[in-house]
Amino acid sequence: MDRRKFIQQSGATAAFIGIGSLSLQSFNKNSAKHITILHTNDVHSHIEPFAANDKLYANMGGVARRASLIHSIRKENPNTLLFDAGDMFLVTPYFNFYGGELEFKLMSMMGYDAATIGNHDFDNGIDGLYRQLPHAQFDLLSANYDFKNTVLDTHVKPYKIFLKNGIKVGVFGLGIELDGLVDNKLYKETKYNDPVAVAQDMSRILNKEEDCDLVICLSHLGYNYKINSNKISDLKLASLTKGIDLIIGGHTHTFLKKPTVTKNSIGKNMLINQVGWGGINLGRIDYYFDRETKGANGTTIIV
Amino acid sequence: MKLFIWLLGFFMLAVSCKQKPVNLQRIEGKQIPISSEIVRDSNIMAVVSPYKEELESKMSAILAYAPTDFYKDDDDKTETSIGNFMADLCYKHGNFIFNKKTKKNIDFVLLNYGGIRAGISKGDVTTRSAYEVMPFENNMVVVELTYQKIQDLLAYLAISKKAHPISKQLHISFKDNNIKSALLNGKNFDKNKTYFVLTSDYLQNGGNHMNFFKEPLSLTNLDYKIRKAILDELEEIDTIKAKEDGRVIRK
Repeated sequence: MDRRKFIQQSGATAAFIGIGSLSLQSFNKNSAKHITILHTNDVHSHIEPFAANDKLYANMGGVARRASLIHSIRKENPNTLLFDAGDMFLVTPYFNFYGGELEFKLMSMMGYDAATIGNHDFDNGIDGLYRQLPHAQFDLLSANYDFKNTVLDTHVKPYKIFLKNGIKVGVFGLGIELDGLVDNKLYKETKYNDPVAVAQDMSRILNKEEDCDLVICLSHLGYNYKINSNKISDLKLASLTKGIDLIIGGHTHTFLKKPTVTKNSIGKNMLINQVGWGGINLGRIDYYFDRETKGANGTTIIV
Repeated sequence: MKLFIWLLGFFMLAVSCKQKPVNLQRIEGKQIPISSEIVRDSNIMAVVSPYKEELESKMSAILAYAPTDFYKDDDDKTETSIGNFMADLCYKHGNFIFNKKTKKNIDFVLLNYGGIRAGISKGDVTTRSAYEVMPFENNMVVVELTYQKIQDLLAYLAISKKAHPISKQLHISFKDNNIKSALLNGKNFDKNKTYFVLTSDYLQNGGNHMNFFKEPLSLTNLDYKIRKAILDELEEIDTIKAKEDGRVIRK
């Protein structure tokens, strides 16, 4: 397994060098930029590792370990961003007893930069989510939930732009349709707007108006729906939009062996990643930029 | 000459492309397992500690014993032992309250497969187990349904193909996507009768698209959480004896 990965990697690198021989002369270390994106989804209040007698995930996960890992990656590359794709709440008694307070405190300590809202983040009602906001030192992003007639109005932004080492990273959030999934008493007057139309709009704003170098979507739509194939999913969203570089997904608790490389509506490669649930994995995507504009090389993707 | 054309090509591309100061050269993606080899961050541990201690004292009380694993891990099943356990205990504890309130009895229980969030592992069953199985704060409600709504309910189950928990009063046999038979305490449903079905407030409000629960003839909120019923049941019994008993069959 490891050997195969190594061969895949060296092969790809060789290809990169082969194609890029011309621009290599102008490529020097000082002008190269490196951005690391870390992400989680559906952590579901799994603050502690899974129990030793757990059938599937014995001793995996736990916030204290995740924090160490994030810390060491940040040391290696200070230009790191950390995101969550929703369903931070529910499933362990930490949520039943403390309402999400500890989840938000710990995410703040780990330096999360933003998160989107999952259906279970409404489990104590929209008021329950609102009450935990003082504990969150990161932004909640959602571009397709309209909170105008709710307590969350003005507290959730559609997108945020992060500037890291001169690289502009635009990040927006997308939430799943709540009708039939969440009790209406909980989400109240939250309005759900079509994620595809919203994503196209976000992509336009972040690429054209804000001139971002990277556009990332935090999505709680779900990776793919085999039975209900009409339902919007990350794979579908990718194929119907352009200008998004990375979809960080959630909701379906999908364990991918590696990030999915897929094509957007104009045939350009992009990535989708989702890392299961319960804080069992941390997703990591590294972006390497060259300061020189030799745009003809294309981009090498190694997964 | 060849080199010149190539350079020209580059030049034209550079001009026609969007003028960004940087060029994305390489992307590497992977996932990192959070395994037990990673050292725990002591600052995080210190913050978690008081919460953990308070929870531990509340959650570790041993209530019952599980002689085997109760898991809902098979998507192809028509019923699961943990689902039967849940539905039957909801009937028992829910009907006790419903009968006191209304002098009537519940006919059967229907919950949703997704509402069971964890299994119960073999061994001691603690308060924590009840929270893992049922982390939701859902209340029990009883709806009074017409014969037609019961037919809608059965049709929903026939198509959904999930092992939604059903209490033992109801026996259903499906063939393909159709109902072959549906017997309540051994009898067919009666066109002229109405039926009392216990479910969660979540499902009654249209959760899981169980729309037959919306606008019932009457609605009684038992003000009793499903998790409380599990805890009450675990305190009452010594050993969980639930099993698959053929209440739902698909041929």
